[in-house]
Amino acid sequence: MTTSTALPAATREAYGPALVKLAEAGHDIVALDADLSASTGGNKLAASFPDRWFTVGAAEANMISIAAGLASTGKTVFAASFAVFMPGHCFDQIRVHIAQQRMNVKLIASHGGISVGEDGASAQAIEDLALMTSLPAMNVVVPCDVVEADAMIRQSAEDNEPWYIRLGRPKLPVVYTNGPSFRLGQAHQLRDGADLTLIACGLMVEPTLRAADSLAAEGISARVLNMSTLKPLDDDAIIHAADETGAIVCVEEHNVIGGLGSAVARMLALHRPTPMEQVGINDSFGQSGPWQALLDKYGLTSASVVAAARRAVARK
Amino acid sequence: MTTPTAPAADTDALLDVCKRIRRHIVGMTHAAQSGHPGGSLSATEIFAALYFGGVARHDPTNPQWDRRDRVILSKGHATPVVYATLAEAGYFDAELIPSFRSLGTELQGHVIRNKPAGVEMSGGALGMGLSFAVGIALGHQLNGLPDDEGQIFVVVGDGELNEGQNWEAIMSASHFGLHRITAIVDRNHFQNDGPGDEIMRIDPVGDKWAAFGWGVQHVDGHDVTAVRDALLNARACTDRPQVVICETVKGRGVSFMAENPAAWHGKGPTDEQLAQALEEIEAGLS
Repeated sequence: MTTSTALPAATREAYGPALVKLAEAGHDIVALDADLSASTGGNKLAASFPDRWFTVGAAEANMISIAAGLASTGKTVFAASFAVFMPGHCFDQIRVHIAQQRMNVKLIASHGGISVGEDGASAQAIEDLALMTSLPAMNVVVPCDVVEADAMIRQSAEDNEPWYIRLGRPKLPVVYTNGPSFRLGQAHQLRDGADLTLIACGLMVEPTLRAADSLAAEGISARVLNMSTLKPLDDDAIIHAADETGAIVCVEEHNVIGGLGSAVARMLALHRPTPMEQVGINDSFGQSGPWQALLDKYGLTSASVVAAARRAVARK
Repeated sequence: MTTPTAPAADTDALLDVCKRIRRHIVGMTHAAQSGHPGGSLSATEIFAALYFGGVARHDPTNPQWDRRDRVILSKGHATPVVYATLAEAGYFDAELIPSFRSLGTELQGHVIRNKPAGVEMSGGALGMGLSFAVGIALGHQLNGLPDDEGQIFVVVGDGELNEGQNWEAIMSASHFGLHRITAIVDRNHFQNDGPGDEIMRIDPVGDKWAAFGWGVQHVDGHDVTAVRDALLNARACTDRPQVVICETVKGRGVSFMAENPAAWHGKGPTDEQLAQALEEIEAGLS
């Protein structure tokens, strides 16, 4: 790792440079944008490899079916927009043309979650992971920092299946200062612990690590898993966590219905009934505000994780 | 011909293949007691012209031939006309046709890509085919295909044009200058709930496409040689995307369907109705 990549950065900042690296390495990629290329970073490919980039204007449904058509000619296709518009405007196109046809298309959903901030409720995707994990054939990943995001995007280009990669707007501290550990379908254990397991994804991973520090100070030993792949879910890591620590807290920047917590709860209910708590958005839409203030307002904080951990341990 | 396409059939042979396609359509919707005969019968001459009129360059023995023309059914419910045509063209054994819509068959209710080989796109959710064609055309351009190879023919319904995504695609095909795309509108004037003019008017439909920058032809969609000629004209154009608006009758070839098309969007004929339909198709009545 160089010092510069350890500076706070948004996960979305990984996208444009990763595209350029892929094209430079000779990958037969094409990237599509829907009038948000400066925000997604797709414009970086446009500047370096203009033949490999198209904008379709503000027309996400069109973009997704175009992506499928391009993939049918042998291209590895990236389609980028904001998470509220993709899947929001184009769930049916993703369902039929990308997932049912199992097309080599990577959906780059930038500006995921409530941390979009001041743009308010319509711009804050808190339900996208529910939609995407419900689709057979779709791989769904959420990076916790820019290093992991870069690894995901580049690995996705080596795979022929559809992926949904949820990126974010705010600059976040780098978790993987020594380089990425991402492998599709595998949780990454950031810290071991004996009393419970904290399972987090996305921008909640770093606050969850801080929560583990606080818990350690009060004598609770917390394992921390970065569950950056929501689908296919790492069932083994969840079962081991249940067997070895006996309590679980899931932490995510998403509605508590249909996201990481729901997926883990399903696994536990089926295989290892275990005390479990959730930290997430409690089935409400967001509002305008600075992103950190929004995380505080909606309980997406390290303090919330600590409180949930105490509750989970008390239920053992 | 340097491409593996069967030579164009003469008019009698085209009329004969239309009869065979229609027989399969009523036969399979009868066998399944479901499916969409009306909008398949209206598109029969379109498919006959594409596959047997020397329009689409294709190879049933090599369905993935990378320079093939692609025929895309955007109105993805009209599977009977697609399966009938592909069977007649030699893509699969016609003995499979009665399995239409049954459990385990490749002949699904709505089109599924590569089931059977020759089906280019999954559909059934309306409005997506033209966008898919835009993607293919962009890919062909990047892959450096010569102008007269890799044409894309997209069959859309007139009711289907209610879907907004079509117009996004129509705008983008023109914007990108994708001459390889030919849209074919099966203008049968009926949609699921009834007459299109009552449900959602699309006229002046040709003017709309023209306003979006497409070349427009109008043709009698049941004059198979006229349809063929219009499609060959469209295929030869290399300046902009083309649309051929085929004036058709929903249920064409079977009197009780054509006279009451609203009733024959999505159901299969009874035994007696099948017998009458086959008789009328054989006689060439309409």
